[in-house]
Amino acid sequence: MNGFPILTFITFLPILGMIVILFLPKDQYRSIRYTALIVTAIQVLLAVVLLANYNYSAAGIFDAKSFQFIEKFRWIEISGISWLGTIKIDYFLGIDGISMPLLLLTAIITLIATISSWNIEKAVKGYFIMFLLLDTGMMGVFVALDFFLFYIFWELMLLPMYFLIGIWGGPRKEYAAIKFFIYTLLGSVFILLVMIGLYFSAQETLADGSKVFTFNLLALMNPQNFTATGILSPINPHNLRLIAYIALFAGFAIKIPMFPFHTWLPDAHVEAPTPISVILAGVLLKMGTYGILRVSYPIFPEITRELMWYIGLFGMINIVYGALVAMAQKDFKKLIAYSSISHMGYVLLGMASLSTTGVNGAVLQMFNHGTITAMLFLIVGVVYDRAHTRGLNDFGGLAVQMPAYTGFVTVAFFAAIGLPSLSGFISEALVFIGAFGTDSIRTLTIISTLGILLGAGYMLWTLQRVFLGKLNEKWTSLPDLEPREYVMFVPLTAIIIFLGVYPSAMLDIMNTSVNTLVNVVNNGIHTITLGGL
Amino acid sequence: MELSNLSHSLNLLLPELTLSIALLVLVLFDLIFHHDKKIISYVALIGLLATGFFVINQFSLSGFAFSTGNESYRNFGMITIDSFGSFFKLIVIVASVIIVFFSLSSDEIKKTSERIGEYYALIFGMILGMLFMISATDLILIYLSVELLSLSSYVLAGFTKLRERNSEASLKYMIYGSVSSGLMLFGISLVYGMTGTTNLYMINSLIQIPHLNLFTFSFAMILIFAGIGYKISSAPFHFWTPDVYEGAPITITAFLSVASKAAGFALLIRFVKITFVSYIDTSGFWQLIHVFDWKTLIVVISIFTMTLGNFSALWQDNLKRMLAYSSIAHAGYIMLGLAVLSNQGLTAMLIYFAVYLLMNLGAFLVVMLIANKINSEEIDDYDGLGYSSPFLAASLAIFLISLTGLPPTAGFIGKLYLFVALVDANMIGLAVVALLNTVVSLYYYVRVLKHMYLTKPETAIPEIKTSKPNTILVLVLLIPIFIFGIYFTPLVDLAKGCITILGL
Repeated sequence: MNGFPILTFITFLPILGMIVILFLPKDQYRSIRYTALIVTAIQVLLAVVLLANYNYSAAGIFDAKSFQFIEKFRWIEISGISWLGTIKIDYFLGIDGISMPLLLLTAIITLIATISSWNIEKAVKGYFIMFLLLDTGMMGVFVALDFFLFYIFWELMLLPMYFLIGIWGGPRKEYAAIKFFIYTLLGSVFILLVMIGLYFSAQETLADGSKVFTFNLLALMNPQNFTATGILSPINPHNLRLIAYIALFAGFAIKIPMFPFHTWLPDAHVEAPTPISVILAGVLLKMGTYGILRVSYPIFPEITRELMWYIGLFGMINIVYGALVAMAQKDFKKLIAYSSISHMGYVLLGMASLSTTGVNGAVLQMFNHGTITAMLFLIVGVVYDRAHTRGLNDFGGLAVQMPAYTGFVTVAFFAAIGLPSLSGFISEALVFIGAFGTDSIRTLTIISTLGILLGAGYMLWTLQRVFLGKLNEKWTSLPDLEPREYVMFVPLTAIIIFLGVYPSAMLDIMNTSVNTLVNVVNNGIHTITLGGL
Repeated sequence: MELSNLSHSLNLLLPELTLSIALLVLVLFDLIFHHDKKIISYVALIGLLATGFFVINQFSLSGFAFSTGNESYRNFGMITIDSFGSFFKLIVIVASVIIVFFSLSSDEIKKTSERIGEYYALIFGMILGMLFMISATDLILIYLSVELLSLSSYVLAGFTKLRERNSEASLKYMIYGSVSSGLMLFGISLVYGMTGTTNLYMINSLIQIPHLNLFTFSFAMILIFAGIGYKISSAPFHFWTPDVYEGAPITITAFLSVASKAAGFALLIRFVKITFVSYIDTSGFWQLIHVFDWKTLIVVISIFTMTLGNFSALWQDNLKRMLAYSSIAHAGYIMLGLAVLSNQGLTAMLIYFAVYLLMNLGAFLVVMLIANKINSEEIDDYDGLGYSSPFLAASLAIFLISLTGLPPTAGFIGKLYLFVALVDANMIGLAVVALLNTVVSLYYYVRVLKHMYLTKPETAIPEIKTSKPNTILVLVLLIPIFIFGIYFTPLVDLAKGCITILGL
């Protein structure tokens, strides 16, 4: 990209927009909204530019040379003295096949969430300031390749999210917001500890031949960089690496959210305003699984292999448990929230397979779930805006009253169920194929297929209760979709259908990287030759 | 004592001398300018700036003042000037300057403006005590400086006499203080009885030879620790803190929570380092003489202190009281840096103090500005403040987030370095305890945010206007929190250059 720092730009553009909004008068709703819209629209454009210039055959993962759009310069440099080595922290950004789809997803979902935020009337200025800050945090997590930087972005998301749920949320917003905050901080505290532990275990060789402790994720992936005395070195006979892995995994699992850390999610979703639910389900949940793929897997490959059955087990529990609980819900939004838990289980299951097909499925499922759930939450938002209730049993026959709306609903529901020719099918199929092929988790996979059945059950039942049957007299005046809502639904529907028919568009982006990642985890980093790249 | 020694010593004491002169000038001006007392604040400010100038001048300087005369220890005096001491002196002076600005805009202090001369004179007494505490290396001088600090603060805690709680705070402070300084004095006398000296360097060389009654010696150390622990409000000597912090005028509370604590910590660190370290190994770890197990004591006390501070803060409805408990918890965090007994830990403590100065004073400043207007520090009265006074509320929010230790604020860097030191010393269990404590602390800090932004006020509260100087003061404390949060090289470099504690 000729040296243009495009990743920095895409990450910090929202901060720029935030500063502009900061100086706009409080009551200039229009200009505040349009500023946010322009910023997020430029982000999508930049993401498209990135995609257009993306090299599909570059692997990334552990090899700094095959990462793309790299930006790297020294950020913190503290010269060493005898008892304390030099501290060097890099501002290190770059993307590969695992971050590219998620970067795209973040850009798209944020734009759609901005459009969906159009009818926020309360403290508009504060809302968009927090919204854009959150945006920077999300983008940053997906492009950071230095653990320290990654952690800063990771934590940056907490506070805006707290406010976005706590101020603009529903009746129990305060409870939901603090629950979210404390849960996720608890998770990140474990990540911090492992980060410091890793820092003291591995040394990076600089250009001048000197060795320094490092937060560089890529350097941490190479077992040769670990020192003999490092507490998390692979040669260390203690079980510290296992404990560190579990702590790190727990930190990420809270974000996914994985059973039994999932209890914050339904509360947060139900109370959050629609656009924030969209972001939460569409992007934030992916951070957990992304973190596992980016950090846990390549840095601790031997422990990943050791624990893959357990990861699969938790995937299965997520799938089946989430689906069962979803079935029992009477609140539309809560149902979607639990269906999210169930669908994130597929990602875990695919990751546990440690096969190219399975992990491809998992990453694709991350993208697809992002778009599908975003649409589902928008759907709930539309009906809640009009009827001010989300009770599944309060409706009936809406298909007659709101035909266009029902059309979109049907697409989203069927995509969530996993109907062929829609995107959800492809990723779920890949996950199952990959997981079934791995002997150790075959039984888990077979049980997990129950999730499809249950998913079809609660989705179709919802469709029936809300949209079919006799129209409830109360709702005869509900208007159908307005243009703004079309703008949100049409692109998402297009993506869902397009990736259902032509999944290679996305799979090609990730395939090389996923292949490499699976290879790293299964065989270790030294077995891979990067010839031809 | 020869004359050359005296002039050498006085030269090293320039900051203290300047401060003493300023103190006298203050008293004098108080007598001369009956009608316009405003000038006194400015005199105080000038005195502090001059003192600060000499402190900064001393940064590259080191040496011993007032040698006790014994030929073999001729170079070791009652007072030691080194970069470590200069760092803490700077912290104290910066805090004092900010406190003068606090006092200029505090309503509580304005109401007692006719006694402003006494107020500043007492504050200067406190500062003088702190400066001596920071550099004293003789048990007698340590005791005297602690007393000088304490006596001035007892009076200041009840200075305004506006509320009943003022006097209560003062009395409580004095009773607790006298007991603990009595204990400390007893400990000192035991040490003197066993070693025959009060000079820390001489004690260090005497206890290297194992002929002591270790039980009595440990007992003496615990007694001395009681005196210092009271100053830094570590559990179980913290009981005075919430009452005094709540009752005292807020300027004094803020001052006690930062400067007094800094001086106490400097004393503790210097005491442990000079008296007990036999050598420092190549990776920067302090190897102690095996007479007293400081490590265990400090680990236990620090876990106890931060856990107790954090859990008690959860239930507080008064913001001053909550910040009091939070400052207890922070004392616990800072002690972690001492518990590792290494240069790394010491660096972390210095970083933490620099950051703690900014964020804690900032939090108290905003609480004071708000209290000036709404006459309350109750958390329920903060409802809706985020909308009526966006600037103050946002500033307070950032100070509190920094106190929690979330990036990208400087509080995160402070905590990060502490945890790095702990992990480096393989004390991972302790790091886990501290991190879980951080999560607990989030709840009560965010509770303030909740009241400011999330809760609907029952009655509409008026906008709190801040004057230009106050806005600037808030920004002066606020902006470095972000700068150091994102670019912390200068902070770490400064701290790393200031870990020299003369000795050995």
